[in-house]
Amino acid sequence: MGNVLAFCEFSGQQLRSSALSNLAFARLAAQAHGGEVVALLIGAGAAAAGPEAAKYAPKVVVVDDGGLAHYLAETYAPIVAEVAKAQGATLIAATATSTGKDLAPRVAALLDAGMASDVAKLEGKDTFMRPILAGNAYSTVQVTTPIIVVTPRQSEFEAAAPLAAPGTVASAAAGAVNALGAEFVRLDAQKSDRPDLSDAKVVVSGGRGMKNGENFKVLEQLADLLGAAMGASRAATDAGMVPADWQVGQTGKIVAPNLYFAVAISGAIQHLAGMKGSKTIVAINKNKDEPIFQVADYGIVAEWEKAVPELIAEIKKLKATR
Amino acid sequence: MKILVPVKRVPDPTQKAKIKDGHIDLTGASWIVNTFDEYAIETALRLVENGADNTRTAGAEIVVVSLGPDEAAKELRTCLAMGADRAIHVVCSDAEIDALVVVKVLQSIIAAEKPDVVIMGKQAVDGDANQVGQMLAAKLGWPQATFAASIELSADKQALTVGREVDGGVEYKKVPLKSVVTVDLRIVGARAVVNGVTPASHNYSGEGARLPSLKGIMAAKKKPMAQQKLADHGAQPTPMIKELSVVLPPPRAAGQIVADIPTLVKKLADEAKVL
Repeated sequence: MGNVLAFCEFSGQQLRSSALSNLAFARLAAQAHGGEVVALLIGAGAAAAGPEAAKYAPKVVVVDDGGLAHYLAETYAPIVAEVAKAQGATLIAATATSTGKDLAPRVAALLDAGMASDVAKLEGKDTFMRPILAGNAYSTVQVTTPIIVVTPRQSEFEAAAPLAAPGTVASAAAGAVNALGAEFVRLDAQKSDRPDLSDAKVVVSGGRGMKNGENFKVLEQLADLLGAAMGASRAATDAGMVPADWQVGQTGKIVAPNLYFAVAISGAIQHLAGMKGSKTIVAINKNKDEPIFQVADYGIVAEWEKAVPELIAEIKKLKATR
Repeated sequence: MKILVPVKRVPDPTQKAKIKDGHIDLTGASWIVNTFDEYAIETALRLVENGADNTRTAGAEIVVVSLGPDEAAKELRTCLAMGADRAIHVVCSDAEIDALVVVKVLQSIIAAEKPDVVIMGKQAVDGDANQVGQMLAAKLGWPQATFAASIELSADKQALTVGREVDGGVEYKKVPLKSVVTVDLRIVGARAVVNGVTPASHNYSGEGARLPSLKGIMAAKKKPMAQQKLADHGAQPTPMIKELSVVLPPPRAAGQIVADIPTLVKKLADEAKVL
Protein backbone atom coordinates (compact mmCIF):
# COMPACT_ATOMS: atom_id res chain seq x y z
CA MET A 1 0.00 0.00 0.00
CA GLY A 2 1.36 3.34 -0.98
CA ASN A 3 0.36 6.49 -2.76
CA VAL A 4 1.66 7.79 -6.06
CA LEU A 5 2.98 11.34 -6.14
CA ALA A 6 2.66 12.94 -9.58
CA PHE A 7 4.81 16.05 -10.13
CA CYS A 8 2.73 18.23 -12.45
CA GLU A 9 3.99 21.10 -14.60
CA PHE A 10 1.59 23.97 -15.12
CA SER A 11 1.35 27.34 -16.80
CA GLY A 12 -0.81 29.97 -15.14
CA GLN A 13 -4.03 28.24 -14.09
CA GLN A 14 -3.64 25.39 -16.55
CA LEU A 15 -1.85 22.07 -16.33
CA ARG A 16 0.60 21.41 -19.13
CA SER A 17 -0.27 18.52 -21.45
CA SER A 18 2.75 16.68 -20.04
CA ALA A 19 1.10 16.75 -16.61
CA LEU A 20 -2.05 15.08 -17.96
CA SER A 21 0.02 12.21 -19.38
CA ASN A 22 1.79 11.92 -16.04
CA LEU A 23 -1.54 11.73 -14.22
CA ALA A 24 -2.67 8.97 -16.60
CA PHE A 25 0.49 7.01 -15.75
CA ALA A 26 0.01 7.81 -12.04
CA ARG A 27 -3.52 6.32 -12.06
CA LEU A 28 -2.19 3.03 -13.42
CA ALA A 29 0.61 3.06 -10.85
CA ALA A 30 -1.78 3.92 -7.98
CA GLN A 31 -3.91 0.88 -8.84
CA ALA A 32 -0.82 -1.31 -8.74
CA HIS A 33 0.30 0.25 -5.44
CA GLY A 34 -3.15 0.09 -3.85
CA GLY A 35 -3.08 3.81 -3.05
CA GLU A 36 -4.27 7.06 -4.53
CA VAL A 37 -2.84 9.70 -6.82
CA VAL A 38 -1.51 12.85 -5.18
CA ALA A 39 -0.74 15.64 -7.66
CA LEU A 40 2.06 17.99 -6.65
CA LEU A 41 2.36 21.54 -7.98
CA ILE A 42 5.43 23.57 -7.04
CA GLY A 43 6.30 27.19 -7.80
CA ALA A 44 5.42 30.81 -7.16
CA GLY A 45 1.76 31.03 -8.24
CA ALA A 46 1.17 27.27 -8.07
CA ALA A 47 -1.98 27.76 -6.00
CA ALA A 48 -3.73 29.24 -9.05
CA ALA A 49 -3.49 25.91 -10.89
CA GLY A 50 -4.61 23.83 -7.88
CA PRO A 51 -8.32 23.75 -8.81
CA GLU A 52 -7.50 22.62 -12.35
CA ALA A 53 -5.29 19.80 -11.01
CA ALA A 54 -8.10 18.74 -8.65
CA LYS A 55 -10.24 17.91 -11.69
CA TYR A 56 -7.82 15.06 -12.38
CA ALA A 57 -6.50 13.93 -9.00
CA PRO A 58 -8.33 13.03 -5.77
CA LYS A 59 -5.72 14.96 -3.82
CA VAL A 60 -3.60 17.94 -4.80
CA VAL A 61 -0.71 19.40 -2.81
CA VAL A 62 0.38 22.90 -3.72
CA VAL A 63 3.71 24.38 -2.62
CA ASP A 64 3.46 28.07 -3.50
CA ASP A 65 6.35 30.24 -2.33
CA GLY A 66 7.85 33.49 -3.58
CA GLY A 67 11.30 31.89 -3.39
CA LEU A 68 10.28 29.48 -6.15
CA ALA A 69 9.81 31.99 -8.98
CA HIS A 70 11.95 29.91 -11.34
CA TYR A 71 12.34 26.17 -11.57
CA LEU A 72 15.64 24.99 -10.13
CA ALA A 73 16.37 21.31 -9.44
CA GLU A 74 18.23 22.37 -6.28
CA THR A 75 15.15 23.98 -4.68
CA TYR A 76 12.45 21.70 -6.12
CA ALA A 77 14.01 18.29 -5.42
CA PRO A 78 13.98 18.56 -1.59
CA ILE A 79 10.35 19.70 -1.71
CA VAL A 80 9.30 16.72 -3.85
CA ALA A 81 11.18 14.38 -1.50
CA GLU A 82 9.58 15.90 1.62
CA VAL A 83 6.06 15.84 0.19
CA ALA A 84 6.60 12.24 -0.96
CA LYS A 85 7.45 11.23 2.60
CA ALA A 86 4.57 13.22 4.11
CA GLN A 87 2.08 11.69 1.66
CA GLY A 88 3.29 8.10 2.09
CA ALA A 89 4.28 7.83 -1.56
CA THR A 90 5.88 4.59 -2.74
CA LEU A 91 6.17 5.85 -6.32
CA ILE A 92 6.99 9.32 -7.61
CA ALA A 93 6.30 10.16 -11.25
CA ALA A 94 7.41 13.14 -13.33
CA THR A 95 6.92 13.22 -17.09
CA ALA A 96 10.15 12.89 -19.08
CA THR A 97 10.20 16.55 -20.13
CA SER A 98 13.41 18.54 -19.83
CA THR A 99 12.27 19.57 -16.33
CA GLY A 100 11.24 16.05 -15.31
CA LYS A 101 14.52 14.58 -16.56
CA ASP A 102 16.52 17.20 -14.66
CA LEU A 103 14.53 16.88 -11.45
CA ALA A 104 13.54 13.22 -11.01
CA PRO A 105 17.03 11.66 -10.57
CA ARG A 106 17.87 14.33 -7.99
CA VAL A 107 14.71 13.42 -6.07
CA ALA A 108 15.56 9.71 -6.37
CA ALA A 109 19.01 10.23 -4.86
CA LEU A 110 17.57 12.20 -1.92
CA LEU A 111 15.28 9.23 -1.17
CA ASP A 112 17.78 6.44 -2.05
CA ALA A 113 15.18 5.40 -4.60
CA GLY A 114 15.87 3.40 -7.72
CA MET A 115 14.66 5.02 -10.89
CA ALA A 116 13.24 3.93 -14.23
CA SER A 117 13.67 6.59 -16.92
CA ASP A 118 11.57 7.18 -20.05
CA VAL A 119 9.04 4.52 -19.19
CA ALA A 120 6.78 3.36 -22.02
CA LYS A 121 4.65 0.87 -20.08
CA LEU A 122 3.80 -0.11 -16.53
CA GLU A 123 4.01 -3.90 -16.20
CA GLY A 124 3.55 -4.21 -12.45
CA LYS A 125 3.96 -2.13 -9.29
CA ASP A 126 7.76 -2.17 -9.59
CA THR A 127 8.23 -3.38 -13.15
CA PHE A 128 8.47 -1.12 -16.18
CA MET A 129 9.20 -1.38 -19.88
CA ARG A 130 11.51 1.26 -21.31
CA PRO A 131 13.40 1.80 -24.55
CA ILE A 132 17.18 1.36 -24.58
CA LEU A 133 19.81 1.65 -27.34
CA ALA A 134 18.04 4.61 -28.95
CA GLY A 135 14.76 2.71 -29.08
CA ASN A 136 16.28 -0.27 -30.88
CA ALA A 137 15.32 -2.52 -27.97
CA TYR A 138 12.88 -2.49 -25.05
CA SER A 139 14.07 -3.49 -21.62
CA THR A 140 11.80 -4.63 -18.79
CA VAL A 141 13.29 -3.58 -15.46
CA GLN A 142 12.33 -4.27 -11.87
CA VAL A 143 13.15 -1.58 -9.32
CA THR A 144 13.55 -3.13 -5.87
CA THR A 145 13.92 -0.06 -3.63
CA PRO A 146 11.09 0.79 -1.16
CA ILE A 147 10.41 4.04 -3.04
CA ILE A 148 10.54 4.13 -6.84
CA VAL A 149 10.97 7.15 -9.13
CA VAL A 150 9.68 7.00 -12.70
CA THR A 151 9.73 9.38 -15.64
CA PRO A 152 6.97 8.21 -18.00
CA ARG A 153 7.16 9.23 -21.64
CA GLN A 154 4.47 11.69 -22.59
CA SER A 155 4.02 10.09 -26.02
CA GLU A 156 3.13 6.71 -24.46
CA PHE A 157 0.33 7.79 -22.10
CA GLU A 158 -2.87 9.46 -23.31
CA ALA A 159 -3.95 12.51 -21.32
CA ALA A 160 -5.97 11.62 -18.19
CA ALA A 161 -9.71 12.28 -18.35
CA PRO A 162 -11.30 14.42 -15.60
CA LEU A 163 -12.63 12.64 -12.49
CA ALA A 164 -16.38 12.40 -11.85
CA ALA A 165 -15.93 14.67 -8.81
CA PRO A 166 -12.97 16.97 -8.24
CA GLY A 167 -10.42 16.19 -5.52
CA THR A 168 -9.24 18.29 -2.61
CA VAL A 169 -6.46 20.87 -2.64
CA ALA A 170 -4.09 21.29 0.30
CA SER A 171 -1.04 23.47 0.57
CA ALA A 172 2.30 22.58 2.07
CA ALA A 173 5.14 24.82 3.19
CA ALA A 174 8.27 25.06 1.03
CA GLY A 175 10.55 24.94 4.05
CA ALA A 176 13.98 26.55 3.72
CA VAL A 177 14.50 27.27 0.01
CA ASN A 178 18.23 26.82 -0.71
CA ALA A 179 19.47 26.94 -4.31
CA LEU A 180 23.03 25.96 -3.23
CA GLY A 181 24.34 29.00 -5.10
CA ALA A 182 22.63 28.15 -8.40
CA GLU A 183 20.78 30.96 -10.17
CA PHE A 184 18.32 31.09 -13.03
CA VAL A 185 19.75 33.71 -15.42
CA ARG A 186 17.29 33.80 -18.31
CA LEU A 187 15.29 31.73 -20.77
CA ASP A 188 15.73 32.41 -24.47
CA ALA A 189 12.33 31.10 -25.48
CA GLN A 190 11.51 29.96 -28.98
CA LYS A 191 8.27 31.81 -29.50
CA SER A 192 5.81 30.03 -31.71
CA ASP A 193 2.08 29.95 -32.30
CA ARG A 194 2.36 26.34 -33.38
CA PRO A 195 1.48 23.47 -31.05
CA ASP A 196 4.10 21.91 -28.79
CA LEU A 197 6.26 19.43 -30.68
CA SER A 198 5.83 16.89 -27.87
CA ASP A 199 2.06 16.59 -28.17
CA ALA A 200 1.21 17.83 -31.67
CA LYS A 201 -1.16 15.65 -33.73
CA VAL A 202 0.83 16.39 -36.88
CA VAL A 203 4.57 17.05 -37.19
CA VAL A 204 6.43 18.32 -40.26
CA SER A 205 10.19 17.68 -40.07
CA GLY A 206 13.00 18.64 -42.39
CA GLY A 207 16.53 17.30 -42.65
CA ARG A 208 19.92 17.98 -44.11
CA GLY A 209 18.52 17.96 -47.64
CA MET A 210 16.65 21.21 -46.93
CA LYS A 211 20.09 22.83 -47.33
CA ASN A 212 19.38 26.05 -45.37
CA GLY A 213 16.99 27.64 -42.90
CA GLU A 214 15.30 29.79 -45.55
CA ASN A 215 14.12 26.63 -47.29
CA PHE A 216 12.24 25.54 -44.17
CA LYS A 217 9.67 28.28 -44.92
CA VAL A 218 7.86 26.00 -47.33
CA LEU A 219 7.68 23.30 -44.65
CA GLU A 220 6.30 25.88 -42.24
CA GLN A 221 3.57 26.66 -44.78
CA LEU A 222 2.68 22.98 -44.85
CA ALA A 223 2.76 22.86 -41.03
CA ASP A 224 0.50 25.88 -40.67
CA LEU A 225 -1.96 24.46 -43.18
CA LEU A 226 -2.24 21.32 -41.03
CA GLY A 227 -1.95 22.94 -37.58
CA ALA A 228 1.28 20.99 -37.20
CA ALA A 229 4.42 21.46 -35.11
CA MET A 230 7.78 21.85 -36.82
CA GLY A 231 10.55 19.32 -36.28
CA ALA A 232 13.98 18.62 -37.71
CA SER A 233 16.71 16.02 -37.83
CA ARG A 234 19.93 16.46 -35.90
CA ALA A 235 21.74 17.21 -39.16
CA ALA A 236 19.51 20.24 -39.71
CA THR A 237 19.71 21.58 -36.15
CA ASP A 238 23.47 20.99 -35.92
CA ALA A 239 23.92 22.93 -39.16
CA GLY A 240 22.05 25.81 -37.53
CA MET A 241 19.24 25.79 -40.12
CA VAL A 242 16.58 25.73 -37.42
CA PRO A 243 16.42 26.04 -33.58
CA ALA A 244 17.92 23.22 -31.55
CA ASP A 245 14.64 22.51 -29.77
CA TRP A 246 13.08 21.37 -33.04
CA GLN A 247 15.28 18.30 -32.97
CA VAL A 248 13.44 14.99 -33.07
CA GLY A 249 15.48 11.96 -32.06
CA GLN A 250 17.24 10.00 -29.36
CA THR A 251 18.69 13.15 -27.84
CA GLY A 252 15.92 15.52 -28.93
CA LYS A 253 12.17 15.22 -28.60
CA ILE A 254 10.37 11.90 -28.73
CA VAL A 255 7.17 12.35 -30.73
CA ALA A 256 4.28 10.07 -31.65
CA PRO A 257 1.82 12.14 -33.68
CA ASN A 258 -0.97 10.77 -35.87
CA LEU A 259 0.87 12.02 -38.92
CA TYR A 260 4.60 12.64 -39.34
CA PHE A 261 6.17 14.14 -42.46
CA ALA A 262 9.90 13.46 -42.90
CA VAL A 263 11.12 15.71 -45.68
CA ALA A 264 14.69 15.40 -47.01
CA ILE A 265 15.60 13.28 -43.96
CA SER A 266 17.75 10.20 -44.57
CA GLY A 267 16.51 8.36 -41.49
CA ALA A 268 19.52 7.82 -39.23
CA ILE A 269 18.88 5.48 -36.26
CA GLN A 270 19.17 8.50 -33.99
CA HIS A 271 16.27 10.25 -35.75
CA LEU A 272 14.11 7.13 -36.11
CA ALA A 273 14.35 6.64 -32.33
CA GLY A 274 12.43 9.88 -31.91
CA MET A 275 9.58 9.36 -34.37
CA LYS A 276 8.98 5.73 -35.21
CA GLY A 277 6.07 5.59 -32.76
CA SER A 278 4.12 7.91 -35.11
CA LYS A 279 0.89 6.36 -36.40
CA THR A 280 1.36 7.35 -40.04
CA ILE A 281 4.73 8.33 -41.47
CA VAL A 282 5.19 10.04 -44.83
CA ALA A 283 8.69 10.31 -46.28
CA ILE A 284 9.65 12.63 -49.10
CA ASN A 285 13.17 12.09 -50.36
CA LYS A 286 14.82 12.16 -53.75
CA ASN A 287 16.90 9.06 -52.99
CA LYS A 288 14.80 5.90 -52.94
CA ASP A 289 17.48 3.97 -51.02
CA GLU A 290 17.38 6.12 -47.88
CA PRO A 291 16.52 4.16 -44.70
CA ILE A 292 13.62 6.52 -43.95
CA PHE A 293 11.57 4.64 -46.56
CA GLN A 294 11.81 1.47 -44.45
CA VAL A 295 9.76 3.00 -41.65
CA ALA A 296 7.50 5.18 -43.80
CA ASP A 297 3.94 4.11 -44.47
CA TYR A 298 3.90 6.25 -47.60
CA GLY A 299 6.94 7.29 -49.56
CA ILE A 300 7.33 9.86 -52.31
CA VAL A 301 10.56 9.65 -54.26
CA ALA A 302 10.98 13.23 -55.42
CA GLU A 303 12.83 16.44 -54.71
CA TRP A 304 11.19 18.41 -51.92
CA GLU A 305 11.41 21.60 -54.01
CA LYS A 306 8.78 20.13 -56.30
CA ALA A 307 6.87 17.77 -53.99
CA VAL A 308 6.15 20.04 -51.03
CA PRO A 309 4.50 22.95 -52.92
CA GLU A 310 2.45 20.39 -54.83
CA LEU A 311 1.46 18.74 -51.55
CA ILE A 312 0.37 22.09 -50.12
CA ALA A 313 -1.74 22.81 -53.20
CA GLU A 314 -3.31 19.37 -53.14
CA ILE A 315 -4.20 19.56 -49.43
CA LYS A 316 -5.74 23.01 -50.00
CA LYS A 317 -7.84 21.47 -52.78
CA LEU A 318 -8.96 18.68 -50.47
CA LYS A 319 -9.87 21.15 -47.72
CA ALA A 320 -11.87 23.24 -50.19
CA THR A 321 -14.09 20.24 -50.97
CA ARG A 322 -15.02 19.71 -47.32
CA MET B 1 41.09 23.93 -12.00
CA LYS B 2 40.69 20.23 -11.34
CA ILE B 3 37.98 18.50 -13.36
CA LEU B 4 36.70 14.99 -12.80
CA VAL B 5 35.12 13.28 -15.80
CA PRO B 6 33.28 9.99 -15.22
CA VAL B 7 33.08 7.92 -18.40
CA LYS B 8 31.36 4.70 -19.43
CA ARG B 9 32.33 2.20 -22.08
CA VAL B 10 29.35 1.29 -24.24
CA PRO B 11 28.79 -1.07 -27.17
CA ASP B 12 29.25 0.79 -30.44
CA PRO B 13 25.71 2.07 -31.17
CA THR B 14 26.11 1.51 -34.91
CA GLN B 15 26.02 -2.28 -34.32
CA LYS B 16 22.69 -3.98 -34.81
CA ALA B 17 21.06 -5.06 -31.53
CA LYS B 18 20.82 -8.84 -31.13
CA ILE B 19 19.02 -10.78 -28.41
CA LYS B 20 20.25 -13.97 -26.75
CA ASP B 21 18.46 -15.63 -23.81
CA GLY B 22 16.25 -12.60 -23.31
CA HIS B 23 19.06 -10.05 -23.05
CA ILE B 24 21.21 -8.04 -25.45
CA ASP B 25 23.88 -10.29 -26.95
CA LEU B 26 27.22 -8.53 -26.68
CA THR B 27 29.36 -11.43 -27.92
CA GLY B 28 31.98 -9.99 -30.23
CA ALA B 29 30.66 -6.45 -29.79
CA SER B 30 33.05 -3.56 -30.32
CA TRP B 31 33.16 -0.97 -27.57
CA ILE B 32 33.68 2.78 -27.47
CA VAL B 33 33.76 5.64 -24.97
CA ASN B 34 30.14 6.77 -24.57
CA THR B 35 29.75 9.61 -27.07
CA PHE B 36 28.42 12.11 -24.54
CA ASP B 37 31.30 11.29 -22.17
CA GLU B 38 33.76 11.84 -25.01
CA TYR B 39 32.14 15.26 -25.42
CA ALA B 40 32.58 15.81 -21.67
CA ILE B 41 36.34 15.18 -22.01
CA GLU B 42 36.42 17.61 -24.94
CA THR B 43 34.56 20.18 -22.80
CA ALA B 44 36.98 19.71 -19.90
CA LEU B 45 39.96 20.17 -22.22
CA ARG B 46 38.47 23.32 -23.75
CA LEU B 47 37.92 24.75 -20.26
CA VAL B 48 41.59 24.43 -19.29
CA GLU B 49 43.47 25.16 -22.51
CA ASN B 50 44.17 27.98 -24.88
CA GLY B 51 42.55 26.51 -27.96
CA ALA B 52 44.59 28.75 -30.27
CA ASP B 53 48.05 27.54 -29.20
CA ASN B 54 47.19 24.29 -27.38
CA THR B 55 48.80 25.37 -24.08
CA ARG B 56 47.29 24.23 -20.81
CA THR B 57 46.34 26.55 -17.92
CA ALA B 58 48.89 26.15 -15.11
CA GLY B 59 47.69 23.81 -12.37
CA ALA B 60 44.84 22.36 -14.41
CA GLU B 61 44.17 18.66 -14.06
CA ILE B 62 41.64 16.33 -15.69
CA VAL B 63 40.95 13.00 -14.00
CA VAL B 64 38.85 10.35 -15.76
CA VAL B 65 37.01 7.64 -13.85
CA SER B 66 35.29 4.53 -15.11
CA LEU B 67 33.53 1.58 -13.50
CA GLY B 68 33.72 -1.50 -15.65
CA PRO B 69 35.47 -4.77 -16.44
CA ASP B 70 39.21 -5.13 -17.13
CA GLU B 71 38.57 -4.35 -20.80
CA ALA B 72 37.33 -0.84 -19.92
CA ALA B 73 41.00 0.13 -19.43
CA LYS B 74 41.14 0.50 -23.20
CA GLU B 75 38.49 3.24 -23.20
CA LEU B 76 40.24 4.99 -20.29
CA ARG B 77 43.48 4.98 -22.35
CA THR B 78 41.54 6.63 -25.18
CA CYS B 79 40.52 9.42 -22.78
CA LEU B 80 44.14 9.82 -21.66
CA ALA B 81 45.24 9.96 -25.28
CA MET B 82 42.74 12.76 -25.89
CA GLY B 83 44.49 14.75 -23.16
CA ALA B 84 43.18 13.72 -19.73
CA ASP B 85 45.99 13.51 -17.17
CA ARG B 86 45.21 10.44 -15.11
CA ALA B 87 42.64 7.68 -14.82
CA ILE B 88 40.93 5.75 -12.06
CA HIS B 89 39.54 2.36 -13.03
CA VAL B 90 37.12 0.78 -10.58
CA VAL B 91 37.11 -2.81 -11.79
CA CYS B 92 33.74 -4.56 -11.64
CA SER B 93 31.38 -6.39 -13.94
CA ASP B 94 28.50 -4.54 -15.53
CA ALA B 95 26.07 -6.88 -13.74
CA GLU B 96 27.33 -5.68 -10.36
CA ILE B 97 26.39 -2.04 -10.80
CA ASP B 98 23.44 0.23 -11.42
CA ALA B 99 23.08 4.01 -11.21
CA LEU B 100 22.94 4.00 -7.39
CA VAL B 101 26.12 1.91 -7.07
CA VAL B 102 27.94 4.12 -9.59
CA VAL B 103 26.88 7.23 -7.67
CA LYS B 104 28.10 5.79 -4.37
CA VAL B 105 31.53 5.03 -5.85
CA LEU B 106 31.83 8.42 -7.57
CA GLN B 107 30.85 10.18 -4.34
CA SER B 108 33.66 8.39 -2.53
CA ILE B 109 36.18 9.19 -5.28
CA ILE B 110 35.15 12.85 -5.24
CA ALA B 111 35.62 13.01 -1.46
CA ALA B 112 39.21 11.85 -2.01
CA GLU B 113 40.02 13.77 -5.20
CA LYS B 114 38.26 17.06 -4.34
CA PRO B 115 37.70 18.25 -7.93
CA ASP B 116 36.38 21.78 -8.61
CA VAL B 117 33.79 20.51 -11.03
CA VAL B 118 32.45 17.22 -12.39
CA ILE B 119 31.71 17.18 -16.12
CA MET B 120 30.06 14.15 -17.69
CA GLY B 121 27.79 13.06 -20.52
CA LYS B 122 24.07 13.62 -19.99
CA GLN B 123 23.38 9.95 -20.63
CA ALA B 124 24.98 6.73 -21.81
CA VAL B 125 23.88 5.75 -25.29
CA ASP B 126 23.24 2.12 -24.30
CA GLY B 127 20.94 2.46 -21.28
CA ASP B 128 19.72 5.97 -22.20
CA ALA B 129 18.84 6.51 -18.51
CA ASN B 130 20.17 10.02 -17.87
CA GLN B 131 20.39 9.68 -14.07
CA VAL B 132 23.92 9.58 -12.69
CA GLY B 133 24.85 13.28 -12.98
CA GLN B 134 21.76 14.52 -11.17
CA MET B 135 21.93 11.77 -8.54
CA LEU B 136 25.59 12.51 -7.89
CA ALA B 137 24.93 16.24 -7.48
CA ALA B 138 22.16 15.49 -4.97
CA LYS B 139 24.36 13.14 -2.95
CA LEU B 140 27.20 15.68 -2.88
CA GLY B 141 24.83 18.53 -2.00
CA TRP B 142 26.16 20.34 -5.11
CA PRO B 143 24.21 22.31 -7.70
CA GLN B 144 23.75 20.81 -11.16
CA ALA B 145 23.58 22.09 -14.71
CA THR B 146 22.26 19.35 -16.99
CA PHE B 147 22.01 19.18 -20.81
CA ALA B 148 24.71 21.82 -21.32
CA ALA B 149 24.95 23.19 -24.86
CA SER B 150 27.34 25.98 -23.83
CA ILE B 151 29.56 26.82 -20.85
CA GLU B 152 31.16 30.11 -19.91
CA LEU B 153 33.67 30.31 -17.07
CA SER B 154 33.26 33.54 -15.07
CA ALA B 155 36.09 36.11 -15.00
CA ASP B 156 36.89 35.24 -11.38
CA LYS B 157 36.91 31.53 -12.36
CA GLN B 158 34.52 30.71 -9.54
CA ALA B 159 31.29 30.08 -11.49
CA LEU B 160 29.95 28.63 -14.73
CA THR B 161 27.08 30.01 -16.80
CA VAL B 162 25.59 27.07 -18.62
CA GLY B 163 23.24 27.24 -21.62
CA ARG B 164 20.83 24.34 -21.16
CA GLU B 165 18.67 22.98 -23.94
CA VAL B 166 15.20 22.77 -22.46
CA ASP B 167 11.75 22.26 -23.99
CA GLY B 168 10.88 25.55 -25.64
CA GLY B 169 14.30 27.23 -25.74
CA VAL B 170 17.66 27.64 -24.06
CA GLU B 171 17.83 28.30 -20.33
CA TYR B 172 20.91 29.98 -18.87
CA LYS B 173 21.78 28.83 -15.38
CA LYS B 174 24.69 30.01 -13.27
CA VAL B 175 26.30 27.56 -10.88
CA PRO B 176 29.27 28.08 -8.56
CA LEU B 177 32.20 25.67 -8.78
CA LYS B 178 31.79 22.45 -6.86
CA SER B 179 28.99 21.55 -9.23
CA VAL B 180 28.05 18.80 -11.65
CA VAL B 181 27.61 19.63 -15.34
CA THR B 182 26.18 17.11 -17.83
CA VAL B 183 26.75 17.86 -21.49
CA ASP B 184 24.52 17.63 -24.55
CA LEU B 185 25.48 17.30 -28.22
CA ARG B 186 26.00 20.94 -29.07
CA ILE B 187 28.64 21.48 -26.39
CA VAL B 188 31.20 20.62 -29.07
CA GLY B 189 30.13 23.56 -31.24
CA ALA B 190 32.82 25.91 -32.54
CA ARG B 191 32.49 28.43 -29.69
CA ALA B 192 30.36 26.59 -27.13
CA VAL B 193 33.00 26.68 -24.38
CA VAL B 194 34.32 30.07 -23.24
CA ASN B 195 37.13 30.05 -20.67
CA GLY B 196 38.54 33.59 -20.88
CA VAL B 197 41.88 32.25 -22.18
CA THR B 198 41.11 30.96 -25.65
CA PRO B 199 40.74 34.02 -27.93
CA ALA B 200 37.11 34.83 -28.74
CA SER B 201 38.02 34.62 -32.43
CA HIS B 202 39.13 30.99 -32.15
CA ASN B 203 36.82 28.43 -33.68
CA TYR B 204 37.00 24.79 -32.72
CA SER B 205 36.15 22.39 -35.54
CA GLY B 206 32.62 21.86 -34.23
CA GLU B 207 32.73 18.32 -35.60
CA GLY B 208 32.68 16.53 -32.28
CA ALA B 209 35.38 15.51 -29.81
CA ARG B 210 39.04 15.61 -30.89
CA LEU B 211 40.67 12.41 -32.05
CA PRO B 212 43.71 11.28 -30.07
CA SER B 213 46.91 12.33 -31.84
CA LEU B 214 49.78 9.88 -32.30
CA LYS B 215 51.73 11.90 -29.73
CA GLY B 216 48.74 11.71 -27.40
CA ILE B 217 48.51 7.94 -27.81
CA MET B 218 52.21 7.53 -26.99
CA ALA B 219 51.92 9.87 -23.98
CA ALA B 220 48.83 8.02 -22.70
CA LYS B 221 50.84 4.82 -22.23
CA LYS B 222 52.87 6.53 -19.52
CA LYS B 223 50.01 8.31 -17.76
CA PRO B 224 48.94 6.86 -14.39
CA MET B 225 45.88 4.60 -14.19
CA ALA B 226 44.87 3.51 -10.67
CA GLN B 227 42.98 0.23 -10.28
CA GLN B 228 40.44 0.08 -7.49
CA LYS B 229 37.55 -2.11 -6.34
CA LEU B 230 33.93 -1.39 -5.41
CA ALA B 231 34.77 -2.36 -1.82
CA ASP B 232 37.46 0.36 -1.69
CA HIS B 233 34.55 2.79 -1.85
CA GLY B 234 32.21 0.99 0.52
CA ALA B 235 29.96 -0.12 -2.35
CA GLN B 236 28.31 -3.54 -2.59
CA PRO B 237 27.88 -5.36 -5.91
CA THR B 238 24.11 -5.47 -5.37
CA PRO B 239 22.17 -3.47 -7.94
CA MET B 240 18.62 -2.48 -6.92
CA ILE B 241 17.52 -2.32 -10.55
CA LYS B 242 17.24 -5.67 -12.29
CA GLU B 243 16.84 -6.17 -16.00
CA LEU B 244 14.27 -8.94 -16.39
CA SER B 245 14.25 -9.18 -20.17
CA VAL B 246 14.93 -7.34 -23.40
CA VAL B 247 12.96 -7.58 -26.62
CA LEU B 248 13.39 -6.00 -30.01
CA PRO B 249 10.51 -3.78 -31.10
CA PRO B 250 8.22 -5.30 -33.72
CA PRO B 251 9.24 -4.10 -37.18
CA ARG B 252 6.89 -1.62 -38.80
CA ALA B 253 4.73 -3.09 -41.52
CA ALA B 254 6.24 -2.46 -44.94
CA GLY B 255 5.17 0.82 -46.41
CA GLN B 256 4.44 1.73 -49.99
CA ILE B 257 6.00 4.10 -52.47
CA VAL B 258 3.22 6.16 -53.99
CA ALA B 259 3.45 7.48 -57.51
CA ASP B 260 2.51 11.11 -57.08
CA ILE B 261 1.26 13.76 -54.69
CA PRO B 262 -2.47 13.54 -55.57
CA THR B 263 -2.34 9.78 -54.83
CA LEU B 264 -0.57 10.48 -51.54
CA VAL B 265 -3.17 13.00 -50.41
CA LYS B 266 -5.98 10.64 -51.39
CA LYS B 267 -4.41 7.79 -49.40
CA LEU B 268 -3.78 10.00 -46.36
CA ALA B 269 -7.42 11.10 -46.45
CA ASP B 270 -9.18 7.82 -47.29
CA GLU B 271 -6.86 4.99 -46.25
CA ALA B 272 -4.91 6.34 -43.25
CA LYS B 273 -7.68 8.83 -42.38
CA VAL B 274 -5.24 11.39 -41.05
CA LEU B 275 -6.14 14.37 -43.21
